[in-house]
Amino acid sequence: MTGDAANPFLRLLFDALLLQGGFNTALVTVGAGLLGLAAGAAGAFIFLRKRSLVSDAVSHATLPGICLAFIVMAYAGGDGRWLPGLLLGSALTAAIGLYLVDWMTHATRLSQDAAIGAVLSVFFGFGIVLLTVIQTLNVGRQAGLDTFLLGSTAGMLRSEATTIAAAAAVSAACVYALRRPMTLVAFDPAFAATTGVNVRRTDLAIMGLALLVTVIGLKIVGLVLIVALLIIPAATARFWTDQVEQLILIAAGAGAAAGYVGAALSAAADKLPTGPIIVLMSFALFAVSLLVSPLRGVLASAARRRRFQRRVHARQGLLAMARGEPIYDPLTLRILKRDGLIRPDGVATLDGRAAASKALRDEARWELLRRSSGENPLAERYDGLTPIEEVMTQDQIAALDAQLTPRLTAGQDEAGSSE
Amino acid sequence: MIDELLSPEFVQLSLPPIVIGILASVACALPGNFLLLRRQALIGDAISHVVLPGIVVAFLVTGVISAWPMMIGAALAAILAIVMIEVIRRIGQVEPGAAMGVVFTTLFAAGVLLLEQSDTSSVHLDVEHALHGNLESLIWFDAIGWASLTNPDALAGLPPQILRLAVVLSGVAIFLALFWKELAISTFDPAFAAAIGAPTGIVSAGLVIATAIAAVAAFDAVGSIIVIAMFICPPATARLMTNRLDRQVAWSVVFAAAAAIIGYVVAGYGPLWFGYANAVSAAGMIATVSGVLLGIACLFGPVRRRVGEAAQ
Repeated sequence: MTGDAANPFLRLLFDALLLQGGFNTALVTVGAGLLGLAAGAAGAFIFLRKRSLVSDAVSHATLPGICLAFIVMAYAGGDGRWLPGLLLGSALTAAIGLYLVDWMTHATRLSQDAAIGAVLSVFFGFGIVLLTVIQTLNVGRQAGLDTFLLGSTAGMLRSEATTIAAAAAVSAACVYALRRPMTLVAFDPAFAATTGVNVRRTDLAIMGLALLVTVIGLKIVGLVLIVALLIIPAATARFWTDQVEQLILIAAGAGAAAGYVGAALSAAADKLPTGPIIVLMSFALFAVSLLVSPLRGVLASAARRRRFQRRVHARQGLLAMARGEPIYDPLTLRILKRDGLIRPDGVATLDGRAAASKALRDEARWELLRRSSGENPLAERYDGLTPIEEVMTQDQIAALDAQLTPRLTAGQDEAGSSE
Repeated sequence: MIDELLSPEFVQLSLPPIVIGILASVACALPGNFLLLRRQALIGDAISHVVLPGIVVAFLVTGVISAWPMMIGAALAAILAIVMIEVIRRIGQVEPGAAMGVVFTTLFAAGVLLLEQSDTSSVHLDVEHALHGNLESLIWFDAIGWASLTNPDALAGLPPQILRLAVVLSGVAIFLALFWKELAISTFDPAFAAAIGAPTGIVSAGLVIATAIAAVAAFDAVGSIIVIAMFICPPATARLMTNRLDRQVAWSVVFAAAAAIIGYVVAGYGPLWFGYANAVSAAGMIATVSGVLLGIACLFGPVRRRVGEAAQ
């Protein structure tokens, strides 16, 4: 993008982010942020219940409802595109789809993934049939139903934007009100049942919230992609915490950020469809978390692996020095040199000799501990790396050394004679 | 009805879509049987979503709408998606369903964005096309009646999708036939299969590749709705009919073909019976019929009940 083009774009983007881009744009941006918040929070519960893809079936099952509502309203003489009516219709078939997934999983031998896929494809296919029926009806003003597939905020009516913003705020409030039983069930259903929570009804509430979010998100994100807002923020949050409350908060924050920034970006530039942009913003947060999270991130686990590798090499190198064995491994040599344990020509320094004989002595102590006391739980801590002082007190080590003395001297002689 | 079947219009307009529908449905249903039993049914769903970015990138690279670059692009996108799912699942320790959801929604969103950003107004490439396919438009201009089936000149004018799908269907069928034993044991008892040294990894990868090829070829002809429906519905229906793998596969072929034929006929002729002039989406109707068949099997299938606890 050239400088000339970038400036107006950035200005528009800042206007949209600061809600200065006109009332409708501001309403859509806030609505998308609230939608992301509600979706992230509801999605966290679905994620913990491992039912992420059930929401995919629910979202695809909205299509026949939208079309049926349109046909009914058009034949009743009204405007077929009245948003609350369409959303009501979509909620109805989505609920039927959700019920069918549940019923097929319980009443037949089919597994949940098969039930999800069947409901998703069949409801969507039937919706496409109804879309082609609508195209042939002579009811006028039928264009625009297909914007529910991928969402579109361009040309959204003020009343529609208000409806969406209000409904998103309501669903965020529902998540807040139901957070305790839902947390209990999501975290430990068996325990929740013993404390008197109705697990089945709470599960229903979780999926009901997902349904609500899906229906609200139809206009902004579209039914093919809305499931992303339920799944990705929760998966993102999982990288940052092991606690349920924090998981929900982070997921809600990630969803809200993706919705808000995505809607603003889409308002600031042409040809950036709102739904895909919001999904990609969400994925950007996910990808960053996957990389840099200190708990499960790729970089953190690579660093952990590398630290472990270096400790193993240093330890094995010291033991080899103590036994007078030559070291060939380049990584081991590099680590020993860096730590000042050997000189560049490979001869041990004073520090190196001290560390080597300590390593050998520790190894001998460990060996004695593991051999002499089969029942001693401390012996289980042996992994070839842990210094024995971390496991035993000075007194215990002294007691161990008392049995060890003759063997230790022999070991030191060996180490000394090799110099 | 007989008159309609004998008319040249039927051979010209309806026969090719029906044949293509059957070929695509069966090609997807065959690997679908194993995906269903391995609880990987949604792989087909994921693959058919990521086909979109694949064909868009292929179009942007080559600048033309033609079958082979697009199929290669779609296949590459499918492989990319499977690699991404595995990376997120293993390295990120994300549960498989969520990992799949993250990947296919993201790639689909990227595909839509690319499509909007690039100038594709001059060519027939849009999201609706990707979803519905264009089954109705696959007609045989050169046909003048059933006799054309024996006329080499007329046969040369058949839609190219027929040949492509026939090749892909044979390929998938040959793969299943050759590795039937390995597929069966690695599906029902992976630990045993590994213990006796069966190549489970290769067979599993082969199954996913066969799935991707079937999805891409069928997608080109009939759109992604049929693809997703046919990976799951006919095998699931068949699963409720029998306890034997060979019979399940046979039933699934029957159900897939039946859904394709009934769906196309209802979509094309059904509105006429009710006095409406316009046909409705054949792809959508085929998916709907496969769902109706599954619904009937869920209610009346001889072995519909589960023995034991529900598996998650």
